[in-house]
Amino acid sequence: MADNNPYPGENNTGHVWDDNLRELTNPPPRWWMLAFWASVIWWAVYGVLYPMWPVGHESNKGIMGWTQMDEYKKGVDEVEAVRAEFETQIKGMSAKDILAAPGLSQYAVASAKVLFGDNCAACHGGGGQGGPGYPVLADDDWLYGGGIDTIQQTIAMGRKGIMTAHGKILSDAEINSLAKAIEAGDPTSDPNFTQKGCIACHGMDGKGMAVLGSANLTDGIYRFTPAEGESLLDSIVFTIKYGVNDATEPKSREAVMPAFGGRLSEDDIKKLAVYVHKFGGGQ
Amino acid sequence: MSGNDNAATRQSVVDDLYAESVHWHLNTGEETIHAKRMGGYWRKIKWLSAAVWIVFFIGPYFQWGERQAVLFDIPNRQFHILGITILPQDFWMLSLTLLFFALLLAVATALAGRVYCGFFCFQTVWTDIFTWLEDKLEGPPQKRRKLDEAPLSFTKARVKVLKHILWLMISVLTGISFVAWFYDAFDLWRDLFTMQASPVAYGTIALFTAGTYVLAGYMREQACFWLCPYARIQGVMIDKTTVVPAYDFHRGEPRGRIKKGQSEEERTTGDCVDCKMCIAVCPTGVDIRHGQQEGCIMCALCIDACDEVMVKVGRPTGLIRYESYESLETNTKPKPLYMRPRVWIYSAIMSLAVIGIVYGLTSLAPLELKAIHDRQPLFVLQSDGSIQNKYTLKILNKMTEDISVTISAEGPEGLIMVDEDLVTTARHGKVTARTVFLRVPKELLTAETTPVKFSVQGESDGQLLQGSRNSVFIGPKR
Repeated sequence: MADNNPYPGENNTGHVWDDNLRELTNPPPRWWMLAFWASVIWWAVYGVLYPMWPVGHESNKGIMGWTQMDEYKKGVDEVEAVRAEFETQIKGMSAKDILAAPGLSQYAVASAKVLFGDNCAACHGGGGQGGPGYPVLADDDWLYGGGIDTIQQTIAMGRKGIMTAHGKILSDAEINSLAKAIEAGDPTSDPNFTQKGCIACHGMDGKGMAVLGSANLTDGIYRFTPAEGESLLDSIVFTIKYGVNDATEPKSREAVMPAFGGRLSEDDIKKLAVYVHKFGGGQ
Repeated sequence: MSGNDNAATRQSVVDDLYAESVHWHLNTGEETIHAKRMGGYWRKIKWLSAAVWIVFFIGPYFQWGERQAVLFDIPNRQFHILGITILPQDFWMLSLTLLFFALLLAVATALAGRVYCGFFCFQTVWTDIFTWLEDKLEGPPQKRRKLDEAPLSFTKARVKVLKHILWLMISVLTGISFVAWFYDAFDLWRDLFTMQASPVAYGTIALFTAGTYVLAGYMREQACFWLCPYARIQGVMIDKTTVVPAYDFHRGEPRGRIKKGQSEEERTTGDCVDCKMCIAVCPTGVDIRHGQQEGCIMCALCIDACDEVMVKVGRPTGLIRYESYESLETNTKPKPLYMRPRVWIYSAIMSLAVIGIVYGLTSLAPLELKAIHDRQPLFVLQSDGSIQNKYTLKILNKMTEDISVTISAEGPEGLIMVDEDLVTTARHGKVTARTVFLRVPKELLTAETTPVKFSVQGESDGQLLQGSRNSVFIGPKR
């Protein structure tokens, strides 16, 4: 081809198409080539220093000994070192003392936010606002009491309150009458409340007993809120009729707080207790 | 006799001019520009305007009370300017400051061209200093060119090494001076020499050293040609009425060399003697006689050069002068400033920016309050029948010491703030968060949302400090 090149002396490759269309050999600029070879050297050196080449299912180790996992662990260690100061203090303290110490309770809140999100928020909502069938944690109406120790106990041991299904014991008229009195916030105004034994659990004044976890029926705050389209009265009637956690009644309401004692460490539970206490209803 | 003498002197001046002129040609970008340095009126102005940068070097060493007068303390996120401390929360003022200077650039450019480029820009000033050193060490341009081409000798090496050392010293000093605005200046020097300054400080100094050395030592006018966006932006801000260094083509053309033995009365050419002095002195190597062009940074050095030549050859000065294109074209007086809408519009925007900055600086509150209403839940019903809302209050204390503050809230009838007497310590220069619960009896709420106002009070040095924030109280739907 070079012998009959129609365009000699212009650095073409000798490839000519369509009479005059030809490929020139213009070298890239010097700086470009320097950068190119510098990158090649960089790549080679990098491959020696860092893991890069596939070796079976793994890679070469790299003479720097660097791994992503080590770097991650180092990062975690740094965070743990910051936390350690607080965590060691928390170990030796009761939830009540943590709550009283301003710096520590702040740490507990910050730290428990993640725990709450992982373990509690599914039922109780991200801010303790509760959900259909699950109690609000941000108010001051507590079934078992809102003291910090009680909250800690609730988280660790779980709760399962029981209310007998009264559909078999009371007539519909009696249930209706009771429900109306409760809706009005004055259960004791209905003689059935005393006569039919409601007072045994809910107390003489209808304000509930923390020991039993029975509900306060006078404050207008309901453990079981009406479902979509259901009236409050219907919801109260349903609870009285079918009870709560009554094994003999298939339609009974279910209300179980699982025990987290086995799943979370004691320190985590203390932190969570402080977190829940600070939602706005702690006592 | 004396007439002949004059003519002879003039002839020798002209001969010298033309002998020199062969060395001057346009900047084609392939070689280093060695501009001739000449004295003159604009040269003096240029030194004066460049002197503004002395502030950059000595500014960090001034003290205000216990601390550096101007310190941009990035690690602590505090910006001290004389007696004022500005926190990131006040940074909106920075945008107004930037707006002001952007407009100042615009208005200066619209009125008198690239004043910034020619007289104030660090690229121009540092290049000027670097070439001044070069001129002192290596001699005038022709000598410099010869030296550049000469083979390496001891003399050449000595001169070159000394030049580069001086350049590097200026570059390092530039870097240190820059960092000194962000780091206590005296500590910086101590830490630099004891090798205890932060890597960021060393890195920044290295970056500025390299930048100064390369940009002012090597890139020079090339930076203005193809690196600097402001050069282009300013180019489009100039219009026909802008007063810029301009060559009076009516007077100058047709240009022509002075012919031997020809008297002034006989000449048929314009005033331009085509000595190329205007190109010789140009730091970017352009020919002003081509009219306005991208390479012209409007430093006015060609005015000095041309005037000097005009005096030498006995023609009136001002062949190159500050003049607008319109005035040159129509031979009219320039429009007065107040007749130009740009002046009004730019001034109005600049005034607004200044008013904003003054307002911001005079109303810098030492205590600031932010209220974040909790969304989950928006409200809860309490067992006593009241509605409770939860807020996170963020108290910003801009003072230099911690302050004990109390929070209060005003709002709908029956509003109670839980723990109203609780005293919070607002840490200085920081945001302190506090949770606040408000309660209102359900029956007293008349609307789903009711405005509430939080206030924070504290005392520092016997001075009552206050801040407030509006928020809402949310209740059930009605």
